[in-house]
Amino acid sequence: MTRKVLLAALCVASLAPVGSAFAEAAPGTAPAASEARKVPRLSISPSKLSFDGPGSQTVTIKNTGTATLKVFEIRLLNEGRPDTKQKDGTPTNLPFKWDGSAPMAQDLEPGKTLTAKVKFDPAPSQKQGVGAVQVICNDANLRAMPESTNDATHESSAYGAGIPLRAGEGGMQGWLLVLMVFLPMAGALLIVLIPSKAGKNVFRFVALGTAAVTMGLAVYLFMHFDRTVGVANGNYGLQFVKQFVWIRAFNVEFFMGVDGLSVTMVILTALVSLIAVGASWNIDKQVKGYFVMFLLLETGMMGTFVAMDYFMFYIFWELMLLPMYFLIGIWGGPRKEYATIKFFLYTLAGSVLLLLAIIALYYTSGKPGVLRGVPSLALSDGTPAAHTFNIMKLTYLNNFEAASSILWGIKFSHLIWIGIFIGFAIKVPMFPFHTWLPDAHVEAPTAISVILAGVLLKMGTYGMFRMNFAILPEATHWARTALAVFGVINILYGAFCAMAQTDLKKLVAYSSISHMGYCLLGMAALTEQGMVGSLMQMFNHGTITSMLFILVGVIYDRTHTRGVNEFGGVASVMPRYAALFGFAFMASLGLPGLSGFIAEFLVFVGAFNVYKLLTILAVTGVIFTAAYHLWALQRIHLGKFNPKWEHELKNNDLNFREMAMLVPLAVIVLILGFYPMPALDMMTTGMKDLAAFVESAAPAAKGAAVIAGM
Amino acid sequence: MGELYASFIRPKEINLLYLIPLFPLIGAFINGIFGKKIQDKLGKRANHGIAIAMMVAASGVALYAFLGMLIKQPAGHRMLHDHVFPMIHIGSLHLNFAFAMDPLSGMMTLIITLVGTGIHIYSTGYMHSEKAYWRFFCYLNLFIFSMLLLVLGDSFAMMFFGWEGVGLCSYLLIGFWYTDKKKASAGMKAFVVNRIGDFGFVVGLFFLFWGLGGYWQKGQYIDETRGAKDMVTLTAGPSVLPQSGEFVAVDGFTRKGVTATWIDPAHAAHHPGESLNLLAEGKGGPGAGAEQVSVVVGPTMSFNELRGQLSITDGGGRRPLAEHLAKKKVWGVPILFFVCLGLFIGACGKSAQLPLYVWLPDAMAGPTPVSALIHAATMVTAGVYMIARLNFLFVLTPGAMTVVALVGVMTALFAASIGLFQYDIKKVLAYSTVSQLGFMFIGVGVGAWWAGAFHLLTHALFKACLFLGSGSVIHGMHFLEHHGGHGGGDDDKPKDNRLAADPHDPQDMRNMGGLRRLMPKTRWTYWIACVAISGFPLAAGFYSKDEILWKAFSGGNILVSGKLIWAIGLLAATMTSFYMWRSYYMTFWRREPTAEMKEHVHESPLSMTSILMVLAALCLVAGPLLGFPMAFSGKEPLLERWLNPVTSLAPFRALTHDKGLEIGLMMVSITVAALGLWAAMALYKDESKTADKLLRLRRQNDGVHKVVYAKYYVDEIYNATVIRGYMALCRVLAWVDTYIVDFIVNAAGAFVRGVGWLSGKIDKYGVDGAVNGVATLVMAGGRRVRKMQTGRVNNYVFGIVAGVMLLFIVTVVAL
Repeated sequence: MTRKVLLAALCVASLAPVGSAFAEAAPGTAPAASEARKVPRLSISPSKLSFDGPGSQTVTIKNTGTATLKVFEIRLLNEGRPDTKQKDGTPTNLPFKWDGSAPMAQDLEPGKTLTAKVKFDPAPSQKQGVGAVQVICNDANLRAMPESTNDATHESSAYGAGIPLRAGEGGMQGWLLVLMVFLPMAGALLIVLIPSKAGKNVFRFVALGTAAVTMGLAVYLFMHFDRTVGVANGNYGLQFVKQFVWIRAFNVEFFMGVDGLSVTMVILTALVSLIAVGASWNIDKQVKGYFVMFLLLETGMMGTFVAMDYFMFYIFWELMLLPMYFLIGIWGGPRKEYATIKFFLYTLAGSVLLLLAIIALYYTSGKPGVLRGVPSLALSDGTPAAHTFNIMKLTYLNNFEAASSILWGIKFSHLIWIGIFIGFAIKVPMFPFHTWLPDAHVEAPTAISVILAGVLLKMGTYGMFRMNFAILPEATHWARTALAVFGVINILYGAFCAMAQTDLKKLVAYSSISHMGYCLLGMAALTEQGMVGSLMQMFNHGTITSMLFILVGVIYDRTHTRGVNEFGGVASVMPRYAALFGFAFMASLGLPGLSGFIAEFLVFVGAFNVYKLLTILAVTGVIFTAAYHLWALQRIHLGKFNPKWEHELKNNDLNFREMAMLVPLAVIVLILGFYPMPALDMMTTGMKDLAAFVESAAPAAKGAAVIAGM
Repeated sequence: MGELYASFIRPKEINLLYLIPLFPLIGAFINGIFGKKIQDKLGKRANHGIAIAMMVAASGVALYAFLGMLIKQPAGHRMLHDHVFPMIHIGSLHLNFAFAMDPLSGMMTLIITLVGTGIHIYSTGYMHSEKAYWRFFCYLNLFIFSMLLLVLGDSFAMMFFGWEGVGLCSYLLIGFWYTDKKKASAGMKAFVVNRIGDFGFVVGLFFLFWGLGGYWQKGQYIDETRGAKDMVTLTAGPSVLPQSGEFVAVDGFTRKGVTATWIDPAHAAHHPGESLNLLAEGKGGPGAGAEQVSVVVGPTMSFNELRGQLSITDGGGRRPLAEHLAKKKVWGVPILFFVCLGLFIGACGKSAQLPLYVWLPDAMAGPTPVSALIHAATMVTAGVYMIARLNFLFVLTPGAMTVVALVGVMTALFAASIGLFQYDIKKVLAYSTVSQLGFMFIGVGVGAWWAGAFHLLTHALFKACLFLGSGSVIHGMHFLEHHGGHGGGDDDKPKDNRLAADPHDPQDMRNMGGLRRLMPKTRWTYWIACVAISGFPLAAGFYSKDEILWKAFSGGNILVSGKLIWAIGLLAATMTSFYMWRSYYMTFWRREPTAEMKEHVHESPLSMTSILMVLAALCLVAGPLLGFPMAFSGKEPLLERWLNPVTSLAPFRALTHDKGLEIGLMMVSITVAALGLWAAMALYKDESKTADKLLRLRRQNDGVHKVVYAKYYVDEIYNATVIRGYMALCRVLAWVDTYIVDFIVNAAGAFVRGVGWLSGKIDKYGVDGAVNGVATLVMAGGRRVRKMQTGRVNNYVFGIVAGVMLLFIVTVVAL
């Protein structure tokens, strides 16, 4: 059977008005070049079926193009899942039915329409229904559905992406991410314009306000992100999309969007940035410059997570690097020059590899042997393009591995994979590329440590998911075991090194290395549970480590030392500090009931199916992790109070600012520990799609055993 | 393919169980956040008032639920289920925050809430002078919450939440007086050793979850891990009788032909409010026999789902899925062996069995009510509870059951022998607890699930009574810490801890003696508890311990001879009787109280003694009431009848039913108990008569005494090997990180810098030199050429002509 081309009508965020200004403009702005060729174009209205009770609606399928539209199949979708049929042909668990006869597959001449009625006939308990019609046709703008997905078991993860933006993603929702990315930059600009003599607090409050509004937008994103939208719903599973051609000469698009992979990271960035502004309050040197850099950094981080064009991604990636260089280099500790140069060079080395890989991917894209299911690439406005930076198109429309040549004895796609991987592994940081981290943390001011551990490390694992996994799934299968091994090394090596540290901040830094190992192990498993666990660990590590670094900062601010052995009995003079310290340490060592455990558990469950011995080795980490955490806790907080710190610590418990930073994080950690659904829900659909996509590139599976006689 | 049946325990969905853990959680929250303010403004009464009120409320709900279940539910279907909210629904992993109560967890719940309430009340007396009173009650409530999660959780994950939660509370309470570094260290030791056990627990769980990975397709079980679990519809076994007017539970099954559908937990996830509405539609049903059930097949973490799929039976009485699971191997070893061994390692950690028992004696650093509640009655029995709960799993792997029974009996003997010579009253009780837990593991190890659970129950009563009694004594002796009485050490070398007591130690039995005159209520309750633990008829311990020993003797579920287990167990029981009576006589008899003691020691307040009396009474009543032996009554004991449905998939395989033999062995047990009593009485009842004899005995066996008193140097050995090795490894790796890994980075940096320097030089003298050289050359050339520019026209014309000529020649020659 020839490759089928597939279109999914959208079912998207509920508030979005149907058809944005941009979406309507899209066909009209198509330049003359595309008009020369006759193309079939599909439109479906309404784009989303929405019922508030039993009833029926008419769906119109129209060919708005200039050539015959061949409709191969018409399906009903319910909340993102194509219906699965029982043997007798009746759909299961699907309250949507064709009212009357199902529409037939047929050819539609230009301008012709096809109508059918859909009935919503739910179980008494179900009051509302959201669904869509999915049409498989020869619209050239659509992407292929892999042949392997004909298998009934994979049907639920059919790829319905690649549709031009039609509905639901315009208006306010389309601008949300743009706002979130550039608001901090605007704040930075504002600070630049305010004269220095205005006073330090002005800069602080501008930064706080900016970060707070960004956080508010993140809350809006959290509330309105549709948890059920997957790749099958179109837009490659992206929501809050804003897309237009940016630099036509290089086929660069301005393309922002979030899916299950990035949405939690965006929220985490907003949250950690807001908390970090609080942690920056006692920065006293060149406050203006500090907050300019800080807000630029937030723009860089946010942009990296929402950019869906590789070119844009790279710009934001580098944008994030520079402020960090200055923030450590100017506001850092005694060895700041060494640390900041090390950080900068290390990450820059990674960036170079990344850039090379981007260029390689760009020039390989769009070639005949590489394209899947589409005759050619096009920009978002329909202009034909020879190559593309569009990450989604690189993922779903290009199959690099199919046309990969051998270079130096290795498949070229594998080489690219390694290049990208090292670029990201430095950021994670993965053993043996981790040594910049302890130095950078020790020298960085508290707020920057919070950002560094809370957000920046996640860029590495995020990038691996977005680039290595999505764009090069076959190479991912090739390298997964190495990835798992490095994950386990990270977990254990980090834990062992942490045990031997006497600098509390260094200890926390090594614990970060250990914790990021769980992410690597989880993603290497390539199972849904492992991948969601990895993503969850990224989020949880962000919140928990932020707490830890703030707590380290608290005691450093008071005593100007971080020596674990120099304290003792602090709990008896600073009970609130001790309580939160204990809480954060318990969360970090993975105590059930706090969020860290959920992620570790998912990672282990996911990884155990694939790597038994490695997972068992990794699980021993829970013992060592407990050991170094408790030992540090004991040396600082338990025992007799060291009278040396009488003046600094007595009657000097956490103040309001410090509580305001720590308590919200603690509440998040506690709630997600018992009720992780709000976070997992956002990730699950997207990660399920990614897992299925990577799985589709797997080498042939082993046969299954069957018990006879049953 | 034959007809398949499933034999279910069908839970009744009841939206009530969540209240049981919720109350103590509220208590912990209030005392944790506002406790200090409450204590400062309203006094300590308010603190313990909140905590105790929450305990009473929880107990009330627990009793209501338990009795309701006993009365209303048919014997085979005594299970309540409460789905609170969904937690994780990813792929095949479905976790709900849900509770389940069957007779086993119901029994545990009652022990926890009722004994817990008693100990809360006792603590008001014991801790009355504590400054951080609020913190203590916060931790106690939090512990009860965690413990209830552990026993009421309907899945492995929920159990693990409680499992680690109680570990945390244990850590906090052992280190309650954290300014004492030794006590803080004991807490840390408990936590880390428990983590080793937890490692085993989760690895076992992962093996199980992976091993269950299969699904049902076209009437066949496909053994392949897949992303989701499936349902299979089967005819209900004879035990599933329809009951009209009842709710169908979330995690159970559906009945065909009824409006109710099985509720996909994943679906419920998105509509948490709806699950109950759907449940309500299960009213009415078809007649008996026509009923069909759907069973979850595939990876699951829910106990009842797991039990359900293992219960699937074909027409020939075989259980194909259970058999398949039992046969499934990894690395040449049955998966289930790894599963059960892993879970048992977890149990070893929590229930202080060899080789992970070392934390429990140290845990006595905590306040004594904590020792009674956590380290005797409840938390440490979690491992036994877990194995009893998973009886249907353990029974499939006799190898693992043998390990359980052997470790149990070895621990029982080992710990009892250490208990023989300890002087610290709490240490004696601690080793006694380890030893008694060993007995419980013998019970569940040989397949006598109910006997293990029964000993758990009776032990909770008498050991709580003993610990609280010792607490009462310590409370009385507390004056030593401040006054430093003369102590009355026995011997000549005061520096050696083994030979003389620290006169300031209120827990050392050598500082006590004659307390029967000063603390009569404590003495009598302690006496009753001693009777109970040493195994005299009519008191609780006799029935449970003897049942365990008899089942060990007569059972055929394990791979080694039960008689061996019985014999070692009997030896341990003899020692138990001896060390318990030794502690009784040393504390309450031995000599007349000194004048100083008479002045300072008083009987404890009513808040403490009342609890002692209640527990002592229960020690006497519970045994005959719940466990009167079948050999005499001809009927199964009450508790066994209650627990039978829970363990119906794992029947005890008896090799002999000889009634005479059973009674004969009972007599042997009573005899050894009496032997222990006699020996202790002879040696410790009256110091004036026996001091010389004791001294002589010890001198003769000084080597043995030394080794046993030093607890076989296990701590020292662990310290020298495991801990030092670990620390050394950490330091080595940290060194490697700094001086090798980072050195490479710095070396690379230095190399780049070197290249930079070199290229700088090349740039300066090479490239730049070339550029500058060219410039110099041009300048110099320019200077010369300038001379040609004379300004005279004839010179220029000459130049032009010469140029044209040159061009002409070049062109001609070139062509």
